Amino acid sequence: MGLAPFAAFAVLFLVLPTAGLFVGAFQDANGNFTLANIAGLATPVVANAFRESIIISGASALLGAVGGLAVAMALVGPGSPRVLRATMLTLSGVASNFAGVPLAFAFLATMGRVGVVTIILREALGIDIYAAGFNLLGATGLTLVYFYFQLPLMVLLIMPAVDGLKREWSEASAMLGATAWQHAWRITVPILFPSFAGATLLLFANAFGAVATAYALTGSFINLVTIVLYSEIRGEVLHDPNLGYALAFGMVAITGVCNLIYLRMRAFAERRFR
Amino acid sequence: MRPAAIVRVAIISLGALYLLLPLVGALEFALRMRRGVYSLDAFAAVFADHRFQDTFLYSCAQAVVTVVLGVGLIVPAAYAVRRHAPRLRGVVEFVTLLPLVVPAIVIVFGYVRLYGTSSFLPLTDSEWGANALLAFGYVTLSLPYIYRSIDAGLTSIDVRTLSEAAESLGARPHTVLLRVVLPNIRTAILSGAFLTAAIVLGEFTFASLLDRPAFGPFMQLLGANRAYEPAALSVVAFGLTWGLMVLIGTIGGRRRGNRG
Repeated sequence: MGLAPFAAFAVLFLVLPTAGLFVGAFQDANGNFTLANIAGLATPVVANAFRESIIISGASALLGAVGGLAVAMALVGPGSPRVLRATMLTLSGVASNFAGVPLAFAFLATMGRVGVVTIILREALGIDIYAAGFNLLGATGLTLVYFYFQLPLMVLLIMPAVDGLKREWSEASAMLGATAWQHAWRITVPILFPSFAGATLLLFANAFGAVATAYALTGSFINLVTIVLYSEIRGEVLHDPNLGYALAFGMVAITGVCNLIYLRMRAFAERRFR
Repeated sequence: MRPAAIVRVAIISLGALYLLLPLVGALEFALRMRRGVYSLDAFAAVFADHRFQDTFLYSCAQAVVTVVLGVGLIVPAAYAVRRHAPRLRGVVEFVTLLPLVVPAIVIVFGYVRLYGTSSFLPLTDSEWGANALLAFGYVTLSLPYIYRSIDAGLTSIDVRTLSEAAESLGARPHTVLLRVVLPNIRTAILSGAFLTAAIVLGEFTFASLLDRPAFGPFMQLLGANRAYEPAALSVVAFGLTWGLMVLIGTIGGRRRGNRG
């Protein structure tokens, strides 16, 4: 039947490879059960990598979520023409797919030490961002670069929920004497919250698993989980394959929880709108 | 303009500015290659580089193989689920969403371990095997996108009536699939294909860790060694993404038009 090839493929190239890593995460070099690898995640190098990854993904996800929501809400207002909306949505579609190596290059050319924006800020406005401690290759820089695809992704994710806000609701609450703030706090926030929180988690998971952008920007200098794992697979660090499996397991545990909550939130939001 | 409208336009402009600024920056930087004047030297250098041509062609070939394999796997599965096993639909959908949950680097790590040198099926040992493994990896990465497009396509046609009509005229299952279902969802397949191409063409993690001569690793290598060419490459990649997204938009628009 039509399902058989698909099922075989999914087992061979998705389920088995991933499950194999998870089993390895709980085995020692001889194949006996152990929790030592999971405990190994607490060693300073690995724990720091997780912390750095969580901070950068979290910051870029929050910034992207707030910015994306602001843009989405601005796009549905009575003051914004249709052309602007269509253009912005197309631009968001392109920008959210413009990630990885070329994105890193674009930021190096723009905000690197001899980048266009860096030079303009220094020569025209007298602001030397590098003297002020900015470093494109550090955590702040990477957050800004990730923000580039998080912002448009949020616009696309939250747009349906924002479109679902009905004009009648604000008219109804205005008629009942609510102020604009009361309407925002008691109506808009509770309605948008599940979609907003779910989408934010999705952005987090999205940045958490990213490799190419960070690698092309910094080489293996920045201590992120994905970069540690990348070097581990190439046989450059850790020298302990089982710790690598534990690393992979830890990553999927985090992205898995994020996705689970996202799905719950989305189901919740859909039920409420119906 | 009312104050609220001014705030709105300001927010949208700021957002658009952030999305366009790196592109402008990359373009300006790329044009600066010849000292003192703007020139297209960086672009010429990129296009003349035979590694650019080789790796880009390699990635295009990978994209084509990925789309053919992915469509070949998913169309029969999505059709079978709708026709014969609606209860399995949730399971199939869940499986196709897994690649969004498990990061690409974890999947490729699993491949290296399961299909590496000392495994039961050492695909990475031969050129042919490694190329195939990369294509399988790309099919896995694009499962969510291909499935969603095809599922949307199947929703927009009456699968049951069409199939029963064909069957009552004596068509066998594969004839129904190839000559009735497939032509009716070709626009959906096309938009899934372009999205897949957008993902595969510049992909870095899989190609790099399976050591394949693809476009993504080439870009990274160029970035580590050159100054102006990477900026030019970045502009080219943005143009490519833009083109693919516009194509998807046009196809989507035409599909909606046909249905209405």
